[in-house]
This record gives sequence, C-alpha cells and structure tokens, in this order.
Amino acid sequence: MRYSAFRIAIEALKGHKGWKPVWRKPEPKPDYDIIIIGGGGHGLATAHYLASKFNQKRIAVLEKGWIGGGNVGRNTTIIRSNYLLHGNEGFYEFSLKLWEGLEQDVNYNAMVSQRGVLNLYHSDPQRDAYARRGNAMILNGADAKLLDSAAVRKMYPFLNFDDARFPIQGGLLQPRGGTVRHDAVAWGYAHAADKNGVDIIENCEVTGFKIEQGRCIGVETTRGYIGATKVGVAVAGNSSRVMAMAGMQLPLESHVLQAFVSEGLKPLIDGVITYGAGHFYVSQSDKGGLVFGGDIDGYNSYAQRGNLPVIEDVCEGGMSLMPNIGKARILRMWGGIVDMSMDGSPIIDKTHIEGLYFNGGWCYGGFKATPASGYAFAHLITTDMPHKTAQAYRMDRFARGLMIDEKGQGAQPNLH
Amino acid sequence: MIINHPLLGPRDSSEFSYLGDAALLNRPSAKSETATDDFYRYQYLRDNPPGEHRELWYHEHGDRSWLVITRNMTTHAITKVELARDVKRAMIEASKS
Repeated sequence: MRYSAFRIAIEALKGHKGWKPVWRKPEPKPDYDIIIIGGGGHGLATAHYLASKFNQKRIAVLEKGWIGGGNVGRNTTIIRSNYLLHGNEGFYEFSLKLWEGLEQDVNYNAMVSQRGVLNLYHSDPQRDAYARRGNAMILNGADAKLLDSAAVRKMYPFLNFDDARFPIQGGLLQPRGGTVRHDAVAWGYAHAADKNGVDIIENCEVTGFKIEQGRCIGVETTRGYIGATKVGVAVAGNSSRVMAMAGMQLPLESHVLQAFVSEGLKPLIDGVITYGAGHFYVSQSDKGGLVFGGDIDGYNSYAQRGNLPVIEDVCEGGMSLMPNIGKARILRMWGGIVDMSMDGSPIIDKTHIEGLYFNGGWCYGGFKATPASGYAFAHLITTDMPHKTAQAYRMDRFARGLMIDEKGQGAQPNLH
Repeated sequence: MIINHPLLGPRDSSEFSYLGDAALLNRPSAKSETATDDFYRYQYLRDNPPGEHRELWYHEHGDRSWLVITRNMTTHAITKVELARDVKRAMIEASKS
C-alpha cells in the first residue's frame, strides 16, 4: 500500500475502511539468503537497504519481541552530525543526508524536522574547541555556525546566561540537525522492507547459532531452526549476550541511559539545546512535552530502568540552564540499554566466523546513526567490504591501536 | 541502590564510583609470551553477562576503599560485597597453592 495525499482523500470518502496493516505477519521459511537478527531501527534499516539498494532477495528480520520495542523506541529522537574525528564525522553526515531523503525513500511520514541543534559553550577554550569541531564538520560536508552569546540570546532569551559557574558565551549550531518521530522510523523502514518482500518475523527469539567448519549456516530460534547463507546481528544493548552464543567476547559493556518527558507546555523551545557542562539536553516534542536527558547511570545494567541519583542530577542540570521549567512536572521517564564501547564509537564489521556480521557498540548515539548504519551494514553484508563512510568501525581496531575516541577517555566505557 | 559496605554498613551508591568487571584484578603478566594478546583481552574485552556480575566500585566520597560487589545486572540486586583487598589476597593465596 502506498501512502499519498490522494490515498487519504479516497479513504476519507470510504470511511477509512481500506487501510491495511503496515507490514505482514509471515511465518518463518526454512531458510533465507540473509537473516538480520534484531527488528529495531538498525536491523530494519539494514533489511530495507539490502532489498532496495543492494538488490538482495530472500531476507528475514528476526525480532524477539515486537519491532521497534528496544532503543529505537527509547531515545530522545535527535539527529545531528556534529562530530570531530575522522572516521566518525563523514559517517554521521552520510546519515544526516539519508535522514533528509528518508520519508520519500520509505514512503512513510517520519516527521523529520530539521529544527537545529545548539551546543552551548561557557569558556574561551570551549569556544576554540567548538570552532575546531565546526571546521571538521564543514570539511566533511556538514553545516555548522559558531554563535556568540548575543546570537544565542536571540534564539533562546530565557536561558540562564549569567550563571556564576557556567555563563553562556555562545554555541555551536548545526541548523540541519533536529528531531525525528522515532517509532515512525521503525514502522517506516518495516513498511518499505516488507513491500520489497522482506519477512519481518516478530516474537522469534534467536537462541543459538549453527556454526559448522567456521561458517554460520543458520540460527536456532524459539520458532524453530532457520537456515541462512549470511547472518547479520544488529541488537545493540544485547550485543554481548547474542554474540556470546557464537562464542565471542566483545569490547562492550551494557549500560542504562535514562530519558524524561515533562507534561505538555506551550511552545518554548523550537530546536534542540545541549548543555554538556551541566549534563543536560532538551528539545520540545510537537505535543508540547519537554524531552530531556543527561548522562548514563554509570554501572553495567540490562534493566531498562535507571535509578534516582541520575534523575536528580539531570533535573538539577535543567534547572541551572533554564530555571523557568521549575514548575513543570515530569510525566514519564524510561531507560534504554546501550552498548557502551571501549572508545565510544560503534562497530560494523565481519566476525572471524564466515557469514556472520556484527553491528553494535552505538553507545548513547545510535538513533541518529540509524540510516547510515543500515546502509553501511547492508553494504558490508552484500559485498564483504566496509562502506566508504564506515571503514574505521572495525572490530580489530582496539588490538591495532586505531581507536576513535571522541572524548579521549580511554578504555572506560562509562566515561564516554 | 544501597551498597552494604563491609566496614561502614549500608551506604548510598552515589557515594561510589564504578570501574567495571572485577576481572580487572587479574592483571596478566608482562613477561608472558602471549602478553600482547593477554593485555588486549584484559584491557578491552568484557563478558558483560545479563545475570550476576562481579564488579569493582570505589568508595570515593567515603573511606576510599575498593570493593568487589556481586550484583545482578538485570535486577540490580546486590548479593555480596567484599573488600577488593581481601579478594585480591585470596587470589594470590590460591595461585600459590
């Protein structure tokens, strides 16, 4: 089914009785050419690009619960490409360009809204670092503007500019950054992949890999054995758990990251503001709720819920930046389990097992990477070669000393 | 989370900072022929299990002791708290015998 304004008009005349489910509910076949484990944003994007851009057939996506129930449904919906390092920035800018054409590509309204992402700075050295970052972005084809305090004041006059500890001196703005309706990303990719014949199989948990003579030839699932020529794993948050079934140990820890939504307020923030010094960032949803978050809790967890000290810390950060939200009440909060990697950057690579491919380690930034991650993973699975924007995301970079460490924290995942 | 410190009794987890898997107590030998690979595994690879996890916490805002805490990663339930000093000593004793 194709969505269009014409279709809405026809359906309106017919009392909206002709809408069909967005994807089928197929039974698993005995074998496939390609199996993607994980029906989240990255897995579904991979399936979509495999089918639409790389002409692959007989593809299945296996999901243990329902699609989009993991991190693509548990984030703060921000898209941006404001990285510094070579190996990262080109990849994230590729992702942002794919976001810009996403809705036409998958024929689904994902509410891509390029409302601008502003990173605040509070000192001269921080301004210099942001100038350098902005230049790195521009060199990679992204957009960046260094704003002074007056320009930030024009955008957001209510911020606490004269804070004693972190006075706002200005910010680095990426006008093309913004937000996307996160669930619609999963549904949109599922819709497009399904239309190209991909079987999206929900409630089908992988319980083991079948590996013979160093080659992965299929997966055991709760719905029986399924054979495959190639298997791609995109299960960030649970990567260590799934890859342990293939006997692998990964350079990852699972951590919990919390996010929060306030009650609906009148329009206040039309973009995204990040306040790194105060461990707080915020945007406002189209329904009016302030969507905000801060740091990860800091200890390994698979719980999908966090603890109170971080909630307090995030709210204190929010109050120090914008005291006017003090009366707003928190409506709901949630925790997502993220793969924190040893250098804060992701992995998209082959494994030492023939026919088994791995995508993970997205830390707290996987949502914005969804399209490029899917595209690069589809490229890798099809050609056995990394996509040109993802060449640095190799599994062996830690052994070879080629880390991509944006924060310069070393092998301490909870500090990235 | 409340951490039942072996010397100080129950303390809030926000007094502590977190390092990671207690396997870090088991530092490989630099003299081994496989030292390069051993140190790569020691530094970068983790089991990261969904169930019980032994991990190192530092009582930074307290008595500055290092603890080995056994905690379930899915429920956050803490089942055992030991002084890292005692754990390491026991490891050295075990390696001698």
